[in-house]
Amino acid sequence: MSAAPGSLTRREFLTRGGALIVSFSLAPRILAASPQEAQNIGKEPVKEPALPGSLSKAPLLDSWIRIDADGTITVFTGKAELGQGIKTALIQVAAEELVVEPRSINLVTADTGRTPNEGYTAGSQSMQDSATAIMHAAAQVRAILVALASQRLNLPAEQLTVHLGVIRGNDGRSITYGQLVTGETLHVRANPQSPLRDPKTRGVIGKSMQRVDIPAKVTGRAIYVQDLRLPDMVHARVVRPPSYGARLISIDSARVQKVPGLLRIVRNGSYIAVVAEREYQAIQAMRALAQGAKWEERATLPQPADLYNYFQKLPTQDYIDLGGAADIALGPGSITSTYRRPYQMHGSIGPSCAVGLSKDGIVTIWSHTQGVYPLRDALAELLKAPPDRVRVIHMEGSGCYGHNGADDAGADAALIATAFPGRPVRVQWMREDEHAWEPYGSVMVSTARARLDGSNITEWQYEVWSNTHNNRPAPAGQLSPAWAIEPPFTPSAPKPAPLPAGGGNRNALPIYKFPNARVVHHFVPGMPLRVSALRALGAYHNVFSIESFIDELAAAARADPIDFRLRHLDDARARDVISTAAERFGWSQYRRQRGRGRGFAFARYKNYAAYCAVVLEVEVDRESGSIRPLRVVAAIDSGEAVNPDGMRNQTEGGIIQSLSWSLYEAVTFDTTRITSRDWSTYPIMRFSNVPETIDVHVITRPGMPFLGTGEAAQGPTAAALANAVADATGVRIRELPFTRSRVKAAVGL
Amino acid sequence: MNLDINGKTFQIDADPTTPLLYILRDQLQLNGAKFGCGLGQCGACTVIVDKQPVFSCITPVSALQGRKIRTIEGLGTLENPGPVQRAFIEEQAAQCGYCIPGMMMRAQALLEQNPAPSKSDIRRYMNANLCRCGTHMRILRAVERAAAFVKDGGKGGTAG
Repeated sequence: MSAAPGSLTRREFLTRGGALIVSFSLAPRILAASPQEAQNIGKEPVKEPALPGSLSKAPLLDSWIRIDADGTITVFTGKAELGQGIKTALIQVAAEELVVEPRSINLVTADTGRTPNEGYTAGSQSMQDSATAIMHAAAQVRAILVALASQRLNLPAEQLTVHLGVIRGNDGRSITYGQLVTGETLHVRANPQSPLRDPKTRGVIGKSMQRVDIPAKVTGRAIYVQDLRLPDMVHARVVRPPSYGARLISIDSARVQKVPGLLRIVRNGSYIAVVAEREYQAIQAMRALAQGAKWEERATLPQPADLYNYFQKLPTQDYIDLGGAADIALGPGSITSTYRRPYQMHGSIGPSCAVGLSKDGIVTIWSHTQGVYPLRDALAELLKAPPDRVRVIHMEGSGCYGHNGADDAGADAALIATAFPGRPVRVQWMREDEHAWEPYGSVMVSTARARLDGSNITEWQYEVWSNTHNNRPAPAGQLSPAWAIEPPFTPSAPKPAPLPAGGGNRNALPIYKFPNARVVHHFVPGMPLRVSALRALGAYHNVFSIESFIDELAAAARADPIDFRLRHLDDARARDVISTAAERFGWSQYRRQRGRGRGFAFARYKNYAAYCAVVLEVEVDRESGSIRPLRVVAAIDSGEAVNPDGMRNQTEGGIIQSLSWSLYEAVTFDTTRITSRDWSTYPIMRFSNVPETIDVHVITRPGMPFLGTGEAAQGPTAAALANAVADATGVRIRELPFTRSRVKAAVGL
Repeated sequence: MNLDINGKTFQIDADPTTPLLYILRDQLQLNGAKFGCGLGQCGACTVIVDKQPVFSCITPVSALQGRKIRTIEGLGTLENPGPVQRAFIEEQAAQCGYCIPGMMMRAQALLEQNPAPSKSDIRRYMNANLCRCGTHMRILRAVERAAAFVKDGGKGGTAG
């Protein structure tokens, strides 16, 4: 059990972070060219590569930090709180470099009317993009204020100290930030380098801080978009088509007219929605309308039992991501394994929701989208309005874990609000809407082949088949409501995301050093089911495959799986994470009990972001096929840790979510419809089967670039599970999820 | 019809088949209980009726006359959080937080029935509620911590 983090009290802050003598020598944080992820870049990436993080997109300091005459500090981020705790970490970073208390900072998150455009909050990039920008902007703001104070007090900067928003001379005179800032003081372009504080003097960064959003969440304050209640607001529900591409033949509006409170039936092509005074009235009207609606459906989905064959036979675009054109001749003694992963869903607990208001020629949408600017552009296209007539304001929703129904609900709100102008319209999806219409994580298949020479891998070949992992809006054709209206929008042609971030090939390149390696990405454009970004994208499957296969090779070489990995790995930080996890688990002293086994796996997310190793012990009941995860130990290095407890929280969550995906989850369908439409047909992990303990060890690297945390654990967890099951049973299972029936069939008595 | 919610009486004007959840959220602006599934499958809408945790998304208000309904707003406030709320804050037992009010109401019901639950009692009792962020370990710890607070007469616990 980790120690409960304390919030920094004022007194603690004073002792820990107090009396800071600010050094002005340029201590350039390594401005690593942190690769940008395609899904993160909004529509208008203005490239200024010399500036750190998202400063390259919004180079003016006052886009990020404003200080009022009364000393109020407002920090702006284009990223959104998704439950990952980013608000707290960004406040910590700003407080550190401004040398103020975290509580004195007012943070404004994603709003097209107020904040910089930082594209999507996705890909575990918010620390790299936004925290890096805020850190540098804050340091530069502080330097500007110190220079001004130096003039005002007529003292050299070396004789000034900065503390809690006050700059003090060694003669006792002082001046506050608020007194120094005038209208244009911070309206200046950022420099490529910043006078960052010495990491050894950290007062706030690196100390676990209680999340700023949690008290309101546990006391029922209105903070989610689902809770937003504007004056005069009405409620809407959409009658979703029963299947992809279904065409509306007719509705029976007479059945609905008697529903009390009904205000409007909105119909546009095959798109139908109802507006009512109260929410439950809208639901009753939606149900009545759905009962009487006639649809023409088409059987466009594959036979579920034949999914993987069907998928691998679809036309592909092939990319050689590593190695030469020709297959590697593997020769005798080679080993081949194929791994499969089904469609899996985000499954947000709170169905998507948005509030729209069309008034005075402006459409305002409150949404839990991951990208306010991209959604604004998509909605402007959908409504045929100029982008400056649409404003999208982020409010928190239920955790999304990628591209779920949030943007589509924003489109619903936009379509319905413009058909019912003047009053705010709140629309929330029903559970079955979210399960059936959210874009899933793509089905994936991979084949790994390798040859061993003694305990060394000499040849390695890996191929992966995948759909795209990014069908985010804009354009409007990526919004499912836009498919139903007349004339319909159509989705844009899918494109593979380029490496190093990648999509289906994310983490397909081995991080291990092999003398001869080849990696092929078979990009499958055809999408029988709707897919898009699900947390970790292709890394979940590729790390599951590669780290399972490494264990298979270690077994063939009769080597310890961890020693075997280390033999092929020279990255010192990778080795640290691996040995930390192994030691904390007690790998070398492990005694296997009957029915139990242990498994290890490691990855560096995207091969350039966070390092994460997971060790897992399971118990397998051969008779029932049920797997019980017992104990999990993980180690993570995300660069400099800003809020260690926040990182542990995210990593624990990543581990449990990946265990849930890997043990239980597969979207089900028949040849026409999605059939997993609720929690009984799409079960997820419950308290009864979460591990007994999960211990996450954070390795911090003061002064090193932020690497992001949220998606590091999913791949290693899946592989560690597979390896533990193999260790417990002697049987290797290569198809996810590890349901009771699959495990029983593989290992049953 | 009258409903007794958090010790206060509210006069409700609604179709008696309306599930309690919509009355709480839309008419009384009590936001704690959340819509998650409308099917009684996830527990995001959990409130306490008399002594039992109840899925408010499938409980019609007509069944609730004369019964004591409690929601998370009745456990404490931002300024003065109750023991279960303090325990969840101290354990940082939330990610997105959407399921958490339902979790806390179920935990509250458990602690009223069994002030000293074992770890397995807690798991078994909490099993009806779903969390998608994977905050389970922290939620379990928070329920244990809340039990310790309750044992101290609701006064226990120090920040940090």
